[in-house]
Amino acid sequence: MSNLLDVENLWVRFPTRSGVFDAVRGINFTLGQERLGIVGESGSGKSMTGRAILRLIRSPGMVIADKMDLEGVDLMGRTEKEMRDVRGKEISLIMQDPKFSLNPVMRVGHQISEAYRLHAKVSKSEAKRKSIEMLEAVAIRDPERVYNMYPHEVSGGMGQRIMIAMMLIPNPKIMIADEPTSALDVSVQMQVLEIMDKLVKERGMGLIFISHDLNLVSTFCDRVLIMYAGRVVETLSADKLHEAQHPYTQGLLNSLPRLDAPKDRLQVLQRDPAWANEPSVSA
Amino acid sequence: MNEISIENLNVWFGEHDERVDAVKGANLSVPKGGSFGLVGESGSGKSTILRAIMGLAPTWSGQMNVGGETLGDKRTRSFYRKVQMVFQDPYASLHPRHSVDQVLSETLSLHGFDDIETRIDKLLDDVGLGPSFRFRYPHQLSGGQRQRVAIARALAPEPEVLLLDEPTSALDVSVQAEILNLLTDLRAAHSLTYLMVSHDLAVVGHICSDVAVMQLGEVVEKLTVEDMRSMRTRHPYTKHLLESSLMAG
Repeated sequence: MSNLLDVENLWVRFPTRSGVFDAVRGINFTLGQERLGIVGESGSGKSMTGRAILRLIRSPGMVIADKMDLEGVDLMGRTEKEMRDVRGKEISLIMQDPKFSLNPVMRVGHQISEAYRLHAKVSKSEAKRKSIEMLEAVAIRDPERVYNMYPHEVSGGMGQRIMIAMMLIPNPKIMIADEPTSALDVSVQMQVLEIMDKLVKERGMGLIFISHDLNLVSTFCDRVLIMYAGRVVETLSADKLHEAQHPYTQGLLNSLPRLDAPKDRLQVLQRDPAWANEPSVSA
Repeated sequence: MNEISIENLNVWFGEHDERVDAVKGANLSVPKGGSFGLVGESGSGKSTILRAIMGLAPTWSGQMNVGGETLGDKRTRSFYRKVQMVFQDPYASLHPRHSVDQVLSETLSLHGFDDIETRIDKLLDDVGLGPSFRFRYPHQLSGGQRQRVAIARALAPEPEVLLLDEPTSALDVSVQAEILNLLTDLRAAHSLTYLMVSHDLAVVGHICSDVAVMQLGEVVEKLTVEDMRSMRTRHPYTKHLLESSLMAG
């Protein structure tokens, strides 16, 4: 199977006054046409991994990798200008909160058209037609009206669907979704995920789904990486999550309150300093 | 006797054409020592009920009786001693330039306590922080530690009622477990009454014994946590909420 993405020995490092801080410490993984989940707590390096793939780490931060290939073509050696053709067109990124990722003074429709026209040579009217079609694809009722709305006029769930539309319109090969639903309500969450899932499947894309929510990832992904302190401590197929071997994964699972299995006390995760020093697992 | 009883509460914002009814005719009651959860999606008015109780939403009508006091336009000092609130985001609710010591001693002196020194040590101990945290500033604390400080501040005047507005939603799951355990212990140790808002049904199910489901400003259904667990609901919206949370969980 040819991989969409091959990552070997990826490091993200930030020089600070008290020495170099390693946010991601030598992780390896591959991505095919599948849904790969990356889970971890805040500070585990999961978002940094997503950003590093797009080379979005700002200086003085550094991205170092032995290999980072998109369909066999190297990403690390590209210039900033060449990277701009990759971002959006080949790999797109959906961020956590639509309130901050949409331009507040631009109509949402124009933002979607702009994303399309950046990567495809089409007329304005063609881009508009395509944008409205895309809004329809993310289950927005009355897309013509929404096309002319400003971001503050749409709800959070709608905003995130607009982001998905914008990110999918250039037809990328890989989509990275960084906590796409954590700013949304539970009831809207599932709807947004279903739409994302459907579109990713239809287009045969690879999805990297970054989340702190272990259960959400396990219901939604094919494969899960569990990150701790910048390393991958365990990799599992999503349906086998409850057979996790690593004490960290087990601890995370057990610390969740469950509606169907009430407990008097929740188990508190006991951290073992050795976890941070274990070698990273390849995935 | 109910510690919190709310009858026909309406809260609105704005006037005339711009009036938005955030809470419409809500009724609920929590017995002394009980713990009650409010669930619903954002904008359903659950946090607004807490804010109305605290006097943070000035335009309201209806009857509210909390901690044996009937609430009017102004809250008395004794009310603020009896009723305290813990906010959602500990990154926003602590003053960035006040140390833990300042935060706690200000609250204590406002409420007229004199043995401040010993009380601060006791409070930090109660929330599992210990005296070494006393002179730290919020940026020197993790999210979970900050929420513990916020809880210590709420406990400072020895309240009877704690209003909890999504106390763990800004925290990681492992830290959430610690805070939820702490809240359970504190309720038992200080015989507190909890009114908690959360969008996470599993969290509410863990802490509370009764739940009210809100939608568009109205309480659509009240049920016990046992009913919730076994999906014994009458209202389609509750069912929808339960299904989406069981699917994601």
